[in-house]
Amino acid sequence: MTALLERYEKIVGKDVIDHLRQLAQSIKGLTIVHVNSTREGGGVAEILHSLIPLKQALGLDVHWEVIAGSRDFYECTKMMHNALQGNRQAISNAMLHNYECTSQENFERLRGRLEHADIVFVHDPQPAPLLHFCSARKGKWIWRCHIDVSHPFRPVWKYLRRFVADYDASIWSLSAFAQFLPHSMYLIPPSIDPLTDKNCELNEEEIDAVIDRWNFDRERPLVTQISRFDRFKDPVGVIQAYRLAKEFIPLQLILAGGGAVDDPEGADVVAEVEDAKNGDPDIHVLLLPPDEHRTINALQRLSDIIIQKSLREGFGLTVTEALWKGKPVIGGDTGGIRLQVINHHTGFLINTPEGAALRIRYLLKHDTIMREMGRKAKQFVLENFLITRHLREYLTLMIAVMYGAEDRIELS
Amino acid sequence: MPPDPFFVKDCALIAIANGEKAQNLRELRDRLEMTPVACVYYHFWGGMLRPRFDDPEYQNDFASWAAHSLHDKILAERLSSIDPTAYDNLEELRQAVIEIIEIRLDESETVVWTDVDKQFYFVRSQIVVFDTGVIVSDPEDMRLMLPGLSLGSIFYHFIDARRRTAGNLDDFTEWLLGFEDQYARLITRITTIDPYFNTLSELREALNMSFNECMTAGIER
Repeated sequence: MTALLERYEKIVGKDVIDHLRQLAQSIKGLTIVHVNSTREGGGVAEILHSLIPLKQALGLDVHWEVIAGSRDFYECTKMMHNALQGNRQAISNAMLHNYECTSQENFERLRGRLEHADIVFVHDPQPAPLLHFCSARKGKWIWRCHIDVSHPFRPVWKYLRRFVADYDASIWSLSAFAQFLPHSMYLIPPSIDPLTDKNCELNEEEIDAVIDRWNFDRERPLVTQISRFDRFKDPVGVIQAYRLAKEFIPLQLILAGGGAVDDPEGADVVAEVEDAKNGDPDIHVLLLPPDEHRTINALQRLSDIIIQKSLREGFGLTVTEALWKGKPVIGGDTGGIRLQVINHHTGFLINTPEGAALRIRYLLKHDTIMREMGRKAKQFVLENFLITRHLREYLTLMIAVMYGAEDRIELS
Repeated sequence: MPPDPFFVKDCALIAIANGEKAQNLRELRDRLEMTPVACVYYHFWGGMLRPRFDDPEYQNDFASWAAHSLHDKILAERLSSIDPTAYDNLEELRQAVIEIIEIRLDESETVVWTDVDKQFYFVRSQIVVFDTGVIVSDPEDMRLMLPGLSLGSIFYHFIDARRRTAGNLDDFTEWLLGFEDQYARLITRITTIDPYFNTLSELREALNMSFNECMTAGIER
């Protein structure tokens, strides 16, 4: 396991890894459990795939449990997810009843692990009721909210709040996302892992193979949005921006995304995108299975510009991934994208298809500026949004919840 | 008699939303008067240990919000001119911010509201401090180990120290003063390093240069 830490050390430096080792010393011996809703697909699963081996490499006793549910359960949690991001959703009592029954079944299956854990991290709304059924809890329970709950559809938040208010603490990606809860609301932005297939360096041959696979034209610039097919990501708006820019510059567009087990809405959105594409051969709509990480990596690297034209965004890990590959990002002026896209430094924040089209044209006309932005973008991620920073904050939080609520905790 | 050894510590900061927010300048003033003083600390110094762009236009969160959310450049410039190291304690620093806000409110005929998703969110922090197990008795040993000190150690000994030591000094200066006049030049050099307008990496580099230049040329001792 030390070999894993050495691989990170080559990227982030020895001082960063030593710092993690020392923080971890204070919580060795504790049993830590993470619970989420899917092992593959989506940003949460990706983060856990990186975070858990790293914690284990630091000598911590960490486990990852995944809840199970029927299609109805995931329909309900998807509606809940949309409602928390502000969409009006009429979730029936029958659906909520199924949600609670499924939660209880999951709790019974995981009871042994959850009752005896010292620290339990529960990710997002899907497994949130688990604590409600854990009457004999021993440890501290922390609800990790990865989504933007700044303007929730109130009835759904009110329903969910009664499950999450009892946690010992919660974690939010940005202060703007946090709804008031009667416990400490920690702020931890997520991160990417530079060693995973999605973010590691690729050789030219592998990138060329991806160009050939879809017959991209090597002569014309490529603009790409990588994300789930979700209305909040506004893929149709991206097509509008591409059309506006293409009136001035020859251009190709890639819209690529994988699906997740807990996202049944994707097919409808893909149909809307195909409709907007209207047969344009320079618009490539790529539906990728969840394990095509190296393909996504290559698509980001072979693109000239990355777009993330989200209307709502939790954090926007695809933005972080693009910045890490030295690409300027044109991102929607919302959520965590604001934390990453710094106007004229790492990309541009935009609000409309027109704004996105303008910035596409600007960047493609100013090659030197585009390269300098890419350099800054990579450095910015190195210093702020890699998994090692994320882990440092998790370790600090665990010490904080175990040692007390004071502003200053002095460990001997 | 030489001073006690320097016990190298390290720290990590974690941010906590306190649930308070402001949508206009009057609300900011009102919340600021009541909020825990730990929030003032975070909004002036927390940027050093949290993810943010290292070349910010304004050095504290109040100034940045005034510029980017209220679009009040005059207020932003005034707030950014506050040097937090010039105040003996955080309560005085808080009053300095409030004073500037009140002057601006007096000058303004209307209260500008910002978009609902660009409000000012009050945040405080918890700091976890731990021993690294490294003990330094000789400034020469400190010079050698400075390049490898973590950024958390730099924050703890160079920034956080100012609210722990009697004279609001950094720990390096406080320690070197114990050697009487032996390191006077180095102390003078360290006190010229601006803790507010540098990133932690830059502070580490500046400290390293100070130790190197004042100690390796045989100027000291």
